[in-house]
Amino acid sequence: MDQGNLTHPWSTTQRLTIEGCTVSTVNDRLSQLQSLTRRKKSHSASSSTATQMIRKLLLSDYFVLYLTLILFMSAAVFFPTLGTPGNIANQLQNMWPLLAVAIGQTFVLILGGIDLSLGATMGFTSVVGAIVMAQNLDPAFFDKSPLWGTLMRPEGGLLAGSALAVPVGVLVMLIVGTSIGFLNGYAITRFKMAPFMVTLVTSTFFAGFALWLTQSRNISGLPEAFIELGKGDIVSVYLGPKLTPDIARRDILQFITYPFVIAVGLAILAQFLLSKTVFGRQMFSIGTNRVTSDISGLPSQSVIIRVYMFSGFCAAVASILYSARLAIGQPSLGGGNLLLDIIGAAVIGGTSLFGGKGSVRGTFFGVAFFVLLLNILNAMRLDPFVIDAVKGGFILLAALVDVTRTRLMNREQRA
Amino acid sequence: MTPLLELHDLTKAFFGVAAVKGVSLHVNAGETLGLIGQNGAGKSTLMNLVGGVVHPDSGRLLLKGNPYHPRTPADAQQSGIAFIHQELNLFTNLTIAENIFISDFPRGGFPGTFNRAKIKQQTRELLNAVGLDIAPETPLDRISPGERQLVEIARALHQDAALIIFDEPTTSLTARETERLFTIMDQLTAQGKGIIYISHILGDVRKLADRIAVMRDGELVALEAADNFPISRMISLMVGRSIEQLYPPRTSAPTNKSLLEVRGVRTAGIVENISFQLKAGEVLGLFGLMGSGRTELARMIFGMDPFDSGSILVEGEPLHKPSPRASIRSKIAFVTENRREEGLLMSIDIANNISLVSLPEFASNLIQMVDQQQMHEAAQETATILQLKSGDIRQQPVKALSGGNQQKVVIAKWLLSRPSIFIMDEPTRGIDVGAKYEIYSIIDQLAANGSGVLIISSELEELTGMCDRILVMSQGEVVGEFDRAAFNRERILSAAFREHNPEQPVSG
Repeated sequence: MDQGNLTHPWSTTQRLTIEGCTVSTVNDRLSQLQSLTRRKKSHSASSSTATQMIRKLLLSDYFVLYLTLILFMSAAVFFPTLGTPGNIANQLQNMWPLLAVAIGQTFVLILGGIDLSLGATMGFTSVVGAIVMAQNLDPAFFDKSPLWGTLMRPEGGLLAGSALAVPVGVLVMLIVGTSIGFLNGYAITRFKMAPFMVTLVTSTFFAGFALWLTQSRNISGLPEAFIELGKGDIVSVYLGPKLTPDIARRDILQFITYPFVIAVGLAILAQFLLSKTVFGRQMFSIGTNRVTSDISGLPSQSVIIRVYMFSGFCAAVASILYSARLAIGQPSLGGGNLLLDIIGAAVIGGTSLFGGKGSVRGTFFGVAFFVLLLNILNAMRLDPFVIDAVKGGFILLAALVDVTRTRLMNREQRA
Repeated sequence: MTPLLELHDLTKAFFGVAAVKGVSLHVNAGETLGLIGQNGAGKSTLMNLVGGVVHPDSGRLLLKGNPYHPRTPADAQQSGIAFIHQELNLFTNLTIAENIFISDFPRGGFPGTFNRAKIKQQTRELLNAVGLDIAPETPLDRISPGERQLVEIARALHQDAALIIFDEPTTSLTARETERLFTIMDQLTAQGKGIIYISHILGDVRKLADRIAVMRDGELVALEAADNFPISRMISLMVGRSIEQLYPPRTSAPTNKSLLEVRGVRTAGIVENISFQLKAGEVLGLFGLMGSGRTELARMIFGMDPFDSGSILVEGEPLHKPSPRASIRSKIAFVTENRREEGLLMSIDIANNISLVSLPEFASNLIQMVDQQQMHEAAQETATILQLKSGDIRQQPVKALSGGNQQKVVIAKWLLSRPSIFIMDEPTRGIDVGAKYEIYSIIDQLAANGSGVLIISSELEELTGMCDRILVMSQGEVVGEFDRAAFNRERILSAAFREHNPEQPVSG
């Protein structure tokens, strides 16, 4: 070990401790290193290999992934259907829209805010998209809509039948989602209102607006090309006998689909923004300490507005994936417990509700955990009235494990 | 006589690193024990052992001769030990009386109610005892930090504390409030209370304490009567070597080039008609008591707070629409007085803290992608120049650094944006002696390189030691100006203490 390395032996040794390796020091002249080695020895004497394994597992960045895999393997023993290729392919498809919208929430949480309007944004953009694209509209359902006779007619929506319907529809959805995000960000920075309040108001407003426009009806008759966005596949697998002439669609296992490509593409973009750009670093800084960031000359207002815009954009992407999959424009798309699932997935994935901490990777694992959890609960064939209580119990367990983990990590850091 | 508190061979280690090693000492009733040491010397851990916050690995504690094992801070409080911290543990949204009685409201006639009249009466008596003449129902956020400190003491009295531990109690007090605190401490010892007094202000410790304990690296290195400790001996015991000088020699002199000019800045009730110039190569001190408007003025110059009239010129160019961003573009840096709250991102790594201001400079392309390599190299280079003692700057969070090294990170953050004007508010607050000297050397280097440095401080010694010129503020006005040749402690202090007075300013 040369002198150059001796200036910062601390972090190296600490990392080695976490990985459970043994540190052997060659040079015993240096008291600095000696004290560290002593520390190391007393440490390993008190903990066996098994507890070290658990520590290593708990402290890993991939902890939630391991948790998900362990949960999957133990549940698959009791419910063999979980492990079938068909189920796995199906659950993967359930992940992608949730991942898209959870990434937006992750950004906002890192900034120290919260976006309660994501669900309503999804519902509203779903309706707006359908109004642009729908190919026929039933007067019996929609003739009381304020848009009836103008944007909504019996023969369909604004661009019904046009070749431009799908690209324009998708673009409009993205623009509307991003604009709702802008509204949130602008109100929060310009009027210094609490994010909780602002996004609660936009959520109520746009959820209500979507219901009014559609008179609480789903809009069907979306173009095939749009529906293809939610179902189209690139790589699929067929595991049946080779010589069957007709393969039923449900026997084809879709793995790499358009939603997969879109959601993973969004995740990669988000990860890039977060870890590689000035914007990402400034998000973390503002989320950690707004006062320090302002004094250090960060463009806090602009960063905050852009983060909420990104969040609205993510909601629009999720809305596209869900609407295409369901083949309808649904005003209640983001209703129910979805918002809590979004926040829950981000938080289980290690994002802090107090800002300054979070990652796209963590959210990815958190989403996987949530989708698996729902899958297990369904496989258990529980009474539907019990299902939420059981789900709550599981989330509580996961949260407890996470608290233990954070405490352990803080202790490592202090030592 | 049985001592009030005895510590026998106390040891406490965190993960194998000893924070307190075999410390034995005692405090008598009616005595003030001064406890000094550099940051990280083990003072806080020792006091946390006494306060039940952490538990000793070995050794024992005796309180009035009986074994004492506090499991929690509440145990310690019930046993008659009170803490007065530098960050006060009071509820600013409650009244004085509510704060004092927070843990034991006297019950009223109905279950669940409390007796307001009784609280008021008792609070008034307690406030009298600490010399505070304020109504018990005054909300805490309406009184000054010094008065709050006295409320904390009143609370300790209410809890019938036998031993009161003061941890840096004077950092946020004005000179007058400090004097009053010391008087009350004298009264407390006269009544037979024991006091442990922890402070970096060695002169105060020497003046107040009967005996002084010096800690270094977790060990007690000296415990003798206060008279045996000239300041120089305290320092050499704390540092482990003798420090010849408290201040580095100044290596440059101011030039004639004006970097920063403040012209008639005024905000009603806060600052009145402030005008001065800061020259290139100059270290200018701004001295004033707490509440004199010095920090407020600095915030206005940096564009954090608005002002009613006047203007600020950088190299002759007036700043339009002042804001921190505009100031940074004009090459102004502001080292704030609260580095934890306003200067640093405590949980984030050192490298990202250092690059906070100038991050966009490391990303030239359209998508603003940061060149991490270049950023880390620049941060490392700056850290090396400032002799930052740390682990890997990309890994170690700032909160794991000592106060002095944290302050270096704040300075490094600004240095990286290459400013020419530095405003430093209390740059050495809460920093130990060795690190102070290093910060002073950095200030001298900045001036030698042609920057202008404006230092705001309530420690007059540090200003007379470092500055070329000192401005004195009182009640929002500049009431005096002294050149280095004419520095005179008494005259500067008397200017600062002067009540509002329309006569000609004092000058030297």
